[in-house]
Amino acid sequence: MNKFPGESHDARRRGPRDRGDEAREDSEARLCDCAAQGLGKRPGNRAGLGKLAGIASIGAAAAGALPAAASDWGRINLPRGVTNVSTRIYALHMMAFWVCVCIGVVVFGVMIWSLIFHRKSRGAVPDVTLLHNTKVEVVWTAIPVLILVGMAIPAARLLVRINNDTNSRLSIRVNGFQWGWQYKYVGTNVSVISKLSMSSDAARMLDSGIDVDRVPDYLLNVDHQLVVPVGEKIRLLITSVDVVHSWWVPDLGVKKDAIPGFINQASFIINPSKTGVYRGQCTELCGRDHAFMPIVVRAVTPAAFRAWLKRKEAAEKEASARAPASTSAAVST
Amino acid sequence: MDQPYESTAHADHEHKPHGWRRWVFATNHKDIGTMYLIFAGVMFFLGGAAAMAIRAQLFKSGMELFDPGVYNSLVTMHALLMIFGAVMPAWVGLANWMIPMQIGAPDMALPRLNNLSFWILPFAGTLLVSSFFVPGGAPAGGWTMYPPLMEQFGASFPMVVFAIHLLGISSILGAINIVVTIMNLRAPGMSLLRMPLFVWAWLITAYLLIAVMPVLAGAVTMLLTDHFFGTSFFNAAGGGSPVMFMHIFWFFGHPEVYILILPAFGVISEIIPTFSRKPLFGYEAMVYATASIAFLSFIVWGHHMFTVGMPVAAQLFFMLSTMLIAVPTGVKVFNWTATMWRGSLSFEPPMLFAVAFLFLFTIGGFSGLMLALVPADYQYHGTYFVVAHFHYVLVPGAVFAIIGAIYYWLPKWSGRMYDMRLAKWHFWLSVISVNVLFFPQHFLGLAGMPRRIADYAPQFTDWNMVSSIGGFVFGASQLLFPYIIWRCVRAGKPAEARPWDGARGLEWELPSPAPYHSWQTPPSEAMLAHGAEH
Ligand SMILES: [Cu+2]
Repeated sequence: MNKFPGESHDARRRGPRDRGDEAREDSEARLCDCAAQGLGKRPGNRAGLGKLAGIASIGAAAAGALPAAASDWGRINLPRGVTNVSTRIYALHMMAFWVCVCIGVVVFGVMIWSLIFHRKSRGAVPDVTLLHNTKVEVVWTAIPVLILVGMAIPAARLLVRINNDTNSRLSIRVNGFQWGWQYKYVGTNVSVISKLSMSSDAARMLDSGIDVDRVPDYLLNVDHQLVVPVGEKIRLLITSVDVVHSWWVPDLGVKKDAIPGFINQASFIINPSKTGVYRGQCTELCGRDHAFMPIVVRAVTPAAFRAWLKRKEAAEKEASARAPASTSAAVST
Repeated sequence: MDQPYESTAHADHEHKPHGWRRWVFATNHKDIGTMYLIFAGVMFFLGGAAAMAIRAQLFKSGMELFDPGVYNSLVTMHALLMIFGAVMPAWVGLANWMIPMQIGAPDMALPRLNNLSFWILPFAGTLLVSSFFVPGGAPAGGWTMYPPLMEQFGASFPMVVFAIHLLGISSILGAINIVVTIMNLRAPGMSLLRMPLFVWAWLITAYLLIAVMPVLAGAVTMLLTDHFFGTSFFNAAGGGSPVMFMHIFWFFGHPEVYILILPAFGVISEIIPTFSRKPLFGYEAMVYATASIAFLSFIVWGHHMFTVGMPVAAQLFFMLSTMLIAVPTGVKVFNWTATMWRGSLSFEPPMLFAVAFLFLFTIGGFSGLMLALVPADYQYHGTYFVVAHFHYVLVPGAVFAIIGAIYYWLPKWSGRMYDMRLAKWHFWLSVISVNVLFFPQHFLGLAGMPRRIADYAPQFTDWNMVSSIGGFVFGASQLLFPYIIWRCVRAGKPAEARPWDGARGLEWELPSPAPYHSWQTPPSEAMLAHGAEH
């Protein structure tokens, strides 16, 4: 197996239940995310993950005490994200929000004024001559139109910008399936099948008895991540092999449906300084395990990416030489 | 309903069948209206039970109660029951009760059709609910029923399709009856522009129903033939397109949401003037705004599909048409506000619900405006932000309007007053809990929580707990409603013909309870003038 420098060798084991594929969990994800966030697995559990205990128990005792939820009350807004587009979307969102707040202050203010000062119990006498007033009605039709035009122009500009999928450096085919994602790097033989990480998969079972607060990135972690370079325009060619899915990573500002029979495009450029791991989920109801097909994008420097791709290509070649009916063929579920 | 009929001399026409025949063979608009409302109430509590189960499952991170397949069934059934079982029949029930009384007619124009359109419902409802008990369980593809997912469900799939056919037939027949009644049975002198706004709203809604229910029926029929007869309308492998289903579904689906909300606009336009003791501001503008909203609802369906990969030009068109809806909707909100302005306000339960509607529906409108901006929608789409948005327009929107309407007209129907104190309790519990329930869902969606998921990452737990607590309180407080109605009907104090001193409109010229055959002689011009003070 090919890893980034400094990452441990293949940690390959059987999943807690046989899903018909080789359920694996790259230690790359665990090393990076769990250590960085100070989270660990609870050693041992009923679902037969005992073997994981050895690795997971490193630091688990200390990590378990960290209150993961302490700051979650503050998670109430869109992320600014790590692409130019996601930042612009955030700005558009905040602009729309403040426009709504301003309209709300005026409209609700008038309503509340009436509710307080025009009450019968205060002796208010109805002004029954107030039936209509053309001047006022024209004004409160025209002003919203102007506000809407003011909002529509930046939105339209951004829309056109987002949908420009030309001049990409790298194309990746994204295949949604029940329940996971397959990523194929166009022009190479590299294909990655990305499913819910084994620790999350075990913990999500009914009556698993596993404390999900101790599972690293519960439901937002995968066995194999999508690795991309920062600073380069990446084009996704998104489709599905079964039902409709939707590929969403909030930090990238990308959401696009994966529809059987259609190939959708989406593109993004991650800001060069923003290497890191970005998480998302399927956002179109796709059956029983819709909640359990997360997306994890690891953004690395272009050099690290090329090195990774090269090693991955070599490994694929080696694997297909050994087994002609290669596992890199299309997903079958 | 045994009081002498005072306003005219036709008391001998009070004959009505007794026992079960009165209901099974019902042709009276009030009896049928009552049955519609009871059916809607039963469905509301069944759909509510599903909602409580959903909120219990989502109380915290980690799979707690249901298998994800069962959870998806609950989500699907909650939507179908609430939309087709509760809100739509409740509006038809209110139309049955109120339209003849408000336009000066003795009954609906087509009473036997009326009977048929009601009695289809219990069968459709039973078919829908019983799909829970067939092998494979209820359909779990969401109320949107997108293929190919929808075709993965077993015996329940055709059951739901047939239930939707039946519900659609019922709605179409009911809508035809309403149109015919309004067009033909108005009292002499009641021109279209003298009609109460509830009647106007329903006239427009009825046309929407006739236009789009066949579209839904066509869409689900194509699903059915794809699945059982080898067609490929939506099957990509056979040359069809799953996206076409989305287009057809939302061509129905967007007018459908206005079918749920336009009658609410009508009700609010009745209640606010009454308790402001002042005629509605801008009557004609209200009528034209309602009509424009109805027209626009046919050309905005693409805003449900901004992420499916439409051409940029199409996305732009749907963004602009959707934003345009804010104009007539704004006009309505401003007119309601202007109606309260310099009025003489009092806050009986119907008014409380109407004021809450005004505030909370407007919040739903704000999030709707944000959702119309395509780039922002890329982030909102399919998340709890959308769930918060449409629940704000449908729960404190449509459902509050239905509750307000019942509190408004119940004295007229039953001839009795209900317990105001208890009804105010019902209001305050509902209005506080509904915000605790739905407001945090904006946060959850923005923070990245997709909708329709059976379990979520731990960082979403805090606001989900708040939302669930709000949900449980909201659910429990709705139990007060049937109790208040029951107490009113059984033992309420007698109500006057005009229990609200500011109430105008023909229905208040009738005694309380209203006579079995509402207007056997047409109302006089004086009554009409008194009623329609626009
Ligand atoms: Cu999916």
